[in-house]
Amino acid sequence: MVYNVLWLQSGGCGGCTMSMLAAEAPDLLTTLEGAGIRFLWHPSLSEATGAEARAIFDDILAGRLPLDAFCVEGALLRGPNGTGKFHILAGTGEPAVDWARRLAAIARHVVAVGTCAAYGGVTAASPNLLDACGLAYEGFYPGGALGASFRSRSGLPVVNIAGCPTHPNWVTETLMLLAAESLSEDDLDPLGRPRFYADHLVHHGCTRNEYYEYKASAREPSDLGCMMEHMGCIGTQAHADCNTRAWNGEGSCTRGGYACIHCTAPEFEEPGHLFLETPKIAGIPVGLPTDMPKAWFVALSSLAKAATPERLARNATSDHVLIPPVTRVPRRS
Amino acid sequence: MSEAATRLIVGPFNRVEGDLEVRLEMEDGVVTAAFVNATLFRGFERILEGRDPSDALVIAPRICGICSVSQSHAAALALAGVMGIAPARNGQIAANITLATENLADHLTHFHLFFMPDFARGPYRDRPWFDRAEARFAALRGASVRPMMQTRALLLHVMGLIAGHWPHTLAIQPGGFSRGVDARDKIKLLAILSGVRAALEERLFGTALERVAALADPEELSAWRMHGPEGDFRLFLEIAADLHLETLGRAYDRFLCYGAYPGGGADGAPLYPSGLFAHGLEHPLDLEAIAEDHTYARMENRGLMHPPFMGSTSPDGADEQGYSWCKAPRLSNEPCETGALARQVMDGQPLVRALVARAGGNVFSRVIARLLEVARVLIQMETWTKALEPGAPWCVPAGTIGTGRAVGLTEAARGALGHWLRVENGRIAGYQIIAPTTWNFSPRDARGLPGPLERALIGAPVQSGETTPVSVQHIVRSFDPCMACTVH
Repeated sequence: MVYNVLWLQSGGCGGCTMSMLAAEAPDLLTTLEGAGIRFLWHPSLSEATGAEARAIFDDILAGRLPLDAFCVEGALLRGPNGTGKFHILAGTGEPAVDWARRLAAIARHVVAVGTCAAYGGVTAASPNLLDACGLAYEGFYPGGALGASFRSRSGLPVVNIAGCPTHPNWVTETLMLLAAESLSEDDLDPLGRPRFYADHLVHHGCTRNEYYEYKASAREPSDLGCMMEHMGCIGTQAHADCNTRAWNGEGSCTRGGYACIHCTAPEFEEPGHLFLETPKIAGIPVGLPTDMPKAWFVALSSLAKAATPERLARNATSDHVLIPPVTRVPRRS
Repeated sequence: MSEAATRLIVGPFNRVEGDLEVRLEMEDGVVTAAFVNATLFRGFERILEGRDPSDALVIAPRICGICSVSQSHAAALALAGVMGIAPARNGQIAANITLATENLADHLTHFHLFFMPDFARGPYRDRPWFDRAEARFAALRGASVRPMMQTRALLLHVMGLIAGHWPHTLAIQPGGFSRGVDARDKIKLLAILSGVRAALEERLFGTALERVAALADPEELSAWRMHGPEGDFRLFLEIAADLHLETLGRAYDRFLCYGAYPGGGADGAPLYPSGLFAHGLEHPLDLEAIAEDHTYARMENRGLMHPPFMGSTSPDGADEQGYSWCKAPRLSNEPCETGALARQVMDGQPLVRALVARAGGNVFSRVIARLLEVARVLIQMETWTKALEPGAPWCVPAGTIGTGRAVGLTEAARGALGHWLRVENGRIAGYQIIAPTTWNFSPRDARGLPGPLERALIGAPVQSGETTPVSVQHIVRSFDPCMACTVH
């Protein structure tokens, strides 16, 4: 069985494609081939260009080529004034948002690749001159380019592989699950994200967890400490498995020394405060872990701070380990 | 319109980054005029206005997923300029390694995924090299494609190790870098780079990177084509000679470079110097002479030139005179070409200088400059990595920003990138971005002067019946355009 994918880009940066090309073990082409997934057309990868590409779109719309997955990367632009003219699909004279609506109507599955295509993302940031939105969401609210009640031919809503960028394997694994008919509506979270990665928190597996436990906090970029208290990190609330699924070998945002900005969430682009600075009221960070009562958090953190080992307190504000953990040699009996 | 004169609209133009459409006017089998249209508008300049300046570190990289590190670098440099701080030495080197990784990944993607697949296509079926080109470079299935993607993924482990991930790392900070590198990380970085080196030496070049970097004149290149080491590079030389790629896609031969890899060369100089190379000579770069023209961009405020500190980005969706969302940057009212070719020519790389002296900027010299840069930059990355000093500072504290302005200049793979930042009362009052492809793919200006690509397409041969002329594809892709950046 071949699973046919058409991939279009609209109001985005192309970063989710660029990220996907770095899939590993096995590489992208091997992964897709192994799962019987074939690109009918992809803007970065395919041979066909210009009139040949337009002929492929025509064949799909006429039903001559079955469309299993319609993937969209980038936000849909409805402006100016509802014309969609901020993005005309090159060579066609027609707005990309209209192409997206027509193709979504006949696809077995519709997949939003990245937070822009899912919810609008940075492209929809204020003042949103573009009237940008996601395929089936406008920020947190269902709607978007296809409408809140949209279902693809399979009956599934739009699958939102949110992330800015997406991890290559979030994309390949979602496509593989869809191709294998192994992704049902129950496998999507309330925001349409595949639960295989969205049921985790970025905090899980964060290498700075010991600093978090004692609220031993980083103050400046390159410090080793927890970035929740001062540096704007919201990994305790962000849905994604970034720290248990490595990026580019062994990376993640927090391992790279910078805050999780919750890029898999709708409206992450408008946090209402500085991205890289934790907002506080009376010295207490706003936006604590969502499922923890604030009073308990405050009580536990003051206790933890009082109990912070010298090792963690000092290492937290250094760019390398100043005090290693103690090595205990058992006494010979 | 005579029998021979025709028009053609080419799009969607794929295997470039982002959305591109080209309108061609042709007569007697050659292109007589070209109009280049960036068909998408995003407007990051407006998103940045009014925000806290530090937010630019998060927002600006998301202009582009292929040049996200260069966008990040330009933003950090502009912020550092306004704060009046200089990055810690370690941080500066780590930022250079990060930027070099992205540029190298781009060059590899460009050559194998975007540019070479065109030579594995129908129109070339009768050429003596066709079978080999198809076997190696056919889109998605050529024998060189998969190993290159694996090599690229390995190279990007540099990002995973020190910069968190790619694209959209936040590791580059105004004061330096967000992650310190220890002795083990250094060794691991060198191991990654040696893996990349081995792959490139085996398949792309067939020999040591040092031999490629030392190429000094066109005769050596001819010798390489005749009996050099086997590899993708040699096959490209054979194809290029057969198709006379050197005669294709010449623009204005005015090359702009902002200077690349600050502190990455000898004695604190950038690795590649800034400047303008025109009429066969180096000229100092006068930043004050840069301004953008909106005459044929679908932007308001058409009547005047826009020096970037005073520039505006007000899209005019109703405008019919404008034919692109791309503005037209000019240096002293002249269009300029930017990219790896501009960097190498400004640096005085002898082979590139000789190729430019012989036939200017063209499809061949652009690709050669890019491949030479792959070899030169990878060697440099090894040197930089060894220069990292665990234990010394990585990041100096950020300064405060009240009011001020500064420009952050860097080089993306495809050329000169600048962020002009104006801060008033702690908020961004103006943020203007001029991306490399804005230079290269600019529309006409008030004087009617075509942008570099528009100029380069004039004279491109068109075979009868071609709906997407293959010569046009070579010329467009030889610039390695990034439309996402262009329309930011």
